[in-house]
Amino acid sequence: MKKHHVSTTINGEPTEFLCEPQLTLLDVLRDQLQLTGSKEGCSSGDCGACSVIVDGRLVCSCLVLAVEADGRKVETIEGMSEGQELHPLQRKFLEHAALQCGFCTPGVLVAAKALLDRNPDPTEEETRYWLAGNLCRCTGYDKIVRAVLDAAAEMRAK
Amino acid sequence: MAMLAYKAPSTAEEAVQILAGASGRAKVLSGGTDLLVQLRSGRAKPELIVDIKKVPGISGIRERDGTFVIGAATSGAELGEHEGLKKAWPGVVEAANLIGSTQVQGRASLGGNLCNASPAADSVPALIAARATCIVVGGKGRREVPVESIATGPGRTSLAPDEFVLEFHLPKRPPRSADAYLRFIPRTEMDIAVVGAGVNLTLDAAGVVKDAHVALGAVAPTALLVPDAAKALMGRKLDETALAGLDAACRSACKPIDDKRGTIEYRVKVAGVMARRAAAIAYERAGERK
Repeated sequence: MKKHHVSTTINGEPTEFLCEPQLTLLDVLRDQLQLTGSKEGCSSGDCGACSVIVDGRLVCSCLVLAVEADGRKVETIEGMSEGQELHPLQRKFLEHAALQCGFCTPGVLVAAKALLDRNPDPTEEETRYWLAGNLCRCTGYDKIVRAVLDAAAEMRAK
Repeated sequence: MAMLAYKAPSTAEEAVQILAGASGRAKVLSGGTDLLVQLRSGRAKPELIVDIKKVPGISGIRERDGTFVIGAATSGAELGEHEGLKKAWPGVVEAANLIGSTQVQGRASLGGNLCNASPAADSVPALIAARATCIVVGGKGRREVPVESIATGPGRTSLAPDEFVLEFHLPKRPPRSADAYLRFIPRTEMDIAVVGAGVNLTLDAAGVVKDAHVALGAVAPTALLVPDAAKALMGRKLDETALAGLDAACRSACKPIDDKRGTIEYRVKVAGVMARRAAAIAYERAGERK
């Protein structure tokens, strides 16, 4: 089995890895690069727990082959805080208790960041539709949506 | 997932050569939102994946004298962000944007939605109603074919093993012309169509339908162009006679399956209803383009 050499950028860091072609980006992030913040929920693109941003686009890393990351820029949950300082979304998720078991949380945070990166003032409806691909079985979504809108308001005020 | 090889050719010719050499044991990769799921489940067992995203022209939207050329690997998100395309072909864009979640929109492509050949593919009825064509490249050169000629049944296409879809062409819009796509699902988003209906209309100055195209999804083994439904609309304003004719023609074109999303009887009924509503939206949009 021929391994492919992949040169990519992950959270701003040039990163290289070898991978077999059938591996997904999620497989390599978690098992080779030890970036285990992205979670494997369904492996079919339905749950959003593996959400990452590739070249500015929110995607499910379970639906991207790792070889496709060659020459691309990948952002994961691990790159969201600045050192010890949490991203406003992360802080608001804690304040609003917008999580319970936490399994979906990294994916929801990455998806919410992608939303606020392109729309700093989303409506509740826009937020709910944008996050429709992130399943959460604990919260009922209400606290998640409130936390995202509150983070957006805080970020706009700065 | 089974062991397999991966190639990312940088020209269409190279892609065709690779596909020809694999003699049917290869799968073309665009956005991967269907293919990776099928690899994981074992439904697809290719020996080779040919990633066509490095082929020139395969991504992006180009406007030429009022016509649009859309690369086959262009994502739903890109379509939804293109103001010119949304204005000219709102039905095509709304259909493509109904596919999956934000995450899926970031990758899922028009070419993939067509060549995956699901009877319920949302963008396909809208493209058929739009009279879109696709440029197919292969060992015998390029050919331009109507979108409805690609899928031949669930998961099956008319493409030869060395062929793939390079781009879509949308024709020039006459004045007072617009399209719309509606689908029915039991939820508000993130589901597979029970019925989809695409309607594309051109009106005269008095609001009489001069030209019409109607296509249905998820009610037969492939998306259907329904010429009788279009005929019912032509030469009339969108009055009840026209709508009743459209409704009846759509219902009689349906050859659906019974499944958990809907019974045969239900799908047939809803096909008429969706077509009526899509026609009303297309008519209103066309009327606004004086």
